[in-house]
Amino acid sequence: MSVPLLNDRDVEFLLYEFLDTEKLLERPRYSEHSREIFDASLRTAKTIAEKYFANHLVEGDENEPTLENGIVKMIPETKVAWDAFANAGFLAAHQDYEEGGMQMPEVIFRMVMAYVNAANIGTAAYPFVATGSANLIRAFGSVEQKAKFLTLIMDGRSNGTMCLTEPGQGSALGDITTMAAPADDGTYRVFGQKMFISCADHDIAGNVIHMVLAKIKGAPPGVKGISLFIVPKFLVNDDGSPGERNDVVVAGLNHKMGYRNTTNAALNFGEKDGAIGYLVGEANKGLGYMFQMMNEARIGVALGAAAIAYQGFNHSLDYARQRPQGRLASCKDQLSPQVMLVEHADVRRLLLAQKAYSEGSLAMCLFGSSLFENQNSAPTQELRTRNTQLLDLLTPVIKSWPSKYGCISNDMAIQILGGAGYTREYPVEQLYRDQRLNPIHEGAEAIHGLDLLGRKLSLYGGAGYQFFKEDVAQDIAKAKDFEPIKNLAGKLENAMDVLEKTTQSLQQQMGVDIDRGLANATVYLDMFGRIVGAWIWLKQGIIAAEALSSSLHESDEHFYRGKLQAANYYIEWELPAIEQYAELLQAGNSVPFEMQDEWF
Amino acid sequence: MKILVAVKRVADYNVKVRAKSDNTGPDLANVKMAINPFCEIAVEEAVRLKEKGIATEIIVVSIGAQAAQEQVRTALALGADRGILITTDTDLESLAVAKCLKAVCDNESPDIVLLGKQAIDGDNNHTGQMLGALTGWAQATFASELTIDGDSATVIREVDAGLQTIQIKLPAIVTADLRLNEPRYASLPNIMKAKKKTIDSTTPADLGVDVAPRTTLLKAEPPAERKAGIKVEDVAQLVDKLKNEAKVIS
Ligand SMILES: Cc1cc2nc3c(=O)[nH]c(=O)nc-3n(C[C@H](O)[C@H](O)[C@H](O)COP(=O)(O)OP(=O)(O)OC[C@H]3O[C@@H](n4cnc5c(N)ncnc54)[C@H](O)[C@@H]3O)c2cc1C
Ligand SMILES: Cc1cc2nc3c(=O)[nH]c(=O)nc-3n(C[C@H](O)[C@H](O)[C@H](O)COP(=O)(O)OP(=O)(O)OC[C@H]3O[C@@H](n4cnc5c(N)ncnc54)[C@H](O)[C@@H]3O)c2cc1C
Repeated sequence: MSVPLLNDRDVEFLLYEFLDTEKLLERPRYSEHSREIFDASLRTAKTIAEKYFANHLVEGDENEPTLENGIVKMIPETKVAWDAFANAGFLAAHQDYEEGGMQMPEVIFRMVMAYVNAANIGTAAYPFVATGSANLIRAFGSVEQKAKFLTLIMDGRSNGTMCLTEPGQGSALGDITTMAAPADDGTYRVFGQKMFISCADHDIAGNVIHMVLAKIKGAPPGVKGISLFIVPKFLVNDDGSPGERNDVVVAGLNHKMGYRNTTNAALNFGEKDGAIGYLVGEANKGLGYMFQMMNEARIGVALGAAAIAYQGFNHSLDYARQRPQGRLASCKDQLSPQVMLVEHADVRRLLLAQKAYSEGSLAMCLFGSSLFENQNSAPTQELRTRNTQLLDLLTPVIKSWPSKYGCISNDMAIQILGGAGYTREYPVEQLYRDQRLNPIHEGAEAIHGLDLLGRKLSLYGGAGYQFFKEDVAQDIAKAKDFEPIKNLAGKLENAMDVLEKTTQSLQQQMGVDIDRGLANATVYLDMFGRIVGAWIWLKQGIIAAEALSSSLHESDEHFYRGKLQAANYYIEWELPAIEQYAELLQAGNSVPFEMQDEWF
Repeated sequence: MKILVAVKRVADYNVKVRAKSDNTGPDLANVKMAINPFCEIAVEEAVRLKEKGIATEIIVVSIGAQAAQEQVRTALALGADRGILITTDTDLESLAVAKCLKAVCDNESPDIVLLGKQAIDGDNNHTGQMLGALTGWAQATFASELTIDGDSATVIREVDAGLQTIQIKLPAIVTADLRLNEPRYASLPNIMKAKKKTIDSTTPADLGVDVAPRTTLLKAEPPAERKAGIKVEDVAQLVDKLKNEAKVIS
């Protein structure tokens, strides 16, 4: 394979220098593990990604799943990939030993996902959604439900889905209409339609376990009346084999821009007597359960965005190094050989921006995963709480920044390939189409803006925001010790002041008029995202500056110089855009808000 | 039946290896290392023999730097039972490797020794043959199919003219070619289990083997860059150039 999925040196850097993953080995949960085991697991992940996922990237795109007599058909390579991933033990990797898992740390598992995401996001969606549904059952299911359904997903005999969205309700889940009626035997009968359900049906695993949000008859209105149900496609026999067909069918497939190898369907529940559903946890707590899993799922989506951006960057870099085109302005000899694209300053600018977005996104997602890890396994309750509160604050940003700048990054990759980039003979146009989903699903960008400004900043009495400011300040202080990044630290420090003033101003505006105050939450989210992006780059810059202070092997020297340059680029070229936003937001500028429907 | 498999630590096949700037050898600092792909095929074959109930024990051996333990561990995760690591900082030639393997054969008395046909770093294609000579056992190189039948084996070999089928008596040396099998990947449970399997460490000196090089590397340099081609006007010009410039036809 000429173009790598990620960059192995960067993977090593992120896991063992940027994050101190080896330190996890001191925690009792990971005492059986070692760095050797982490690395061997990642080697297997990479092999599977290269051999069984990357091999059908284009085929899956050109042959979307079809619906034939109510059965979804897809290209056979998808099942081979699913089986390889399952047989390697990855579906169960991060679960407990007692549950048949391997207790793999979250960050290592996410890196496994990064490899398969980079190879083929359309196929990687199956294990992604499966582990998401498994996590839900594991966290909130009863002992019997775990015994019955969790093992099926963990060993690959069933996939899972997340059924939230309906034709009428996407962003506003409080208004869903899917109903559940209690039956005499303690189960429920589910009636309703779900929309846009990923992996809703397929022929890669024997069963599909749908995790469905529905309202029990008589439940309170809005989000407080939503419950969570397990609704299997086939009822499950005691030995785990698929039994009778449940009353849930594919009503139709959606024909998508990207992620085409992922089945996406409208599902009808209860066309006959009602689909048999099993209530998870307590009634009316369903959305809460979903949301407790959201941080993880949202980092997962962002990680997909990071991986697709990374692939685009790798492809355009490879192309730019091999395509001779034109000469530099300073060259007067028209008979001299043409230079490679990478020698043009503008192409390097595009590559450097992609490097900042894609490596920055991967780093940001792994950082988020490390907070998630600490939320569960940090040695003290105080630390676990701190990490939870910080992660809750940052999740909207970690979901949105890689998704937004992933799209911009993949757009730049096409630009570098010129005409070739616009054709289907090169992969960058598909990567762009695949990427475009990420700012939409798992909460559209605007919804995350509202979540951040309207809810997360003041959650826990503002503790998460406070921890964020403390942690950034600590890194700024550290960075000031290193000559090459001293000035970057100063810029981030100023940006933090701007953020604080803007935040205070918006909170005040929200107090006066909540609709006006929240009107530009998406812009605030972008501002916050640029600051978190700059922080992530400053953190990498600190490590690079420290490494460069001693003599290095040539390849390491290049690696760290690259990190430093990207940190410089992001903080000097992209961070300052917040100044303009801050001015508009602090002034309460209301031009978009006051625009009226009739005036369009 | 006991099988000994030899694995070598080499630069990963994806890596473009460069010569050191002082031309003293390839620059392997910071390079990603892996099991030689042909050795991986040899390990896979041994594991398949065990799964078929033919082999009872698979011992994997590597000779080289301490870091080669990683490749032994990988082979254990693929299904080998225990490992032997023979450590030395000397740059090893094929003969030294074959001698070390001979010493291990003396200690372990395997029925089959499986090796890769060659390693992708030196591309020598020597070690299996030399081990055959040192042990006096039968050898079947370039194997693309291996069938065990009691105390003999039938091996299909890839040779220039096509495929050659031979029968050999055990104990024997078999070297794996590319099409012998498609190696598996190590599953997570097996990676975890491999951690608990034993790896015995020893040195060439302990085995009574002198590994001092018999040859000296004078210089390592990259191949000359290929010059851009040209388009010829017609066949006559092509023939002329082949005759008078390239001097490849007369
Ligand atoms: C390929 C794909 C896969 C998907 N997979 C799944 C899945 O597996 N399970 C599942 O349940 N769902 C899935 N979805 C659905 C996805 O989560 C929704 O599309 C998403 O939540 C947006 O909902 P919507 O499409 O109804 O858009 P709408 O809610 O109609 O939103 C449309 C636009 O309006 C904006 N908007 C809406 N409300 C507000 C507001 N209050 N303030 C400001 N702006 C607002 C949004 O930001 C968005 O830009 C998938 C969607 C796609 C396209
Ligand atoms: C759908 C389509 C229709 C087309 N129709 C026609 C047509 O009808 N007739 C026709 O003649 N052509 C046509 N083209 C070709 C089109 O004009 C070229 O693709 C375009 O000029 C770019 O050239 P290129 O693809 O060779 O890219 P390249 O020249 O290789 O450029 C690739 C990238 O490198 C950058 N770059 C190149 N040189 C420099 C430099 N000196 N400094 C900085 N950056 C540089 C470019 O900005 C670009 O980002 C078409 C292309 C497409 C995709």
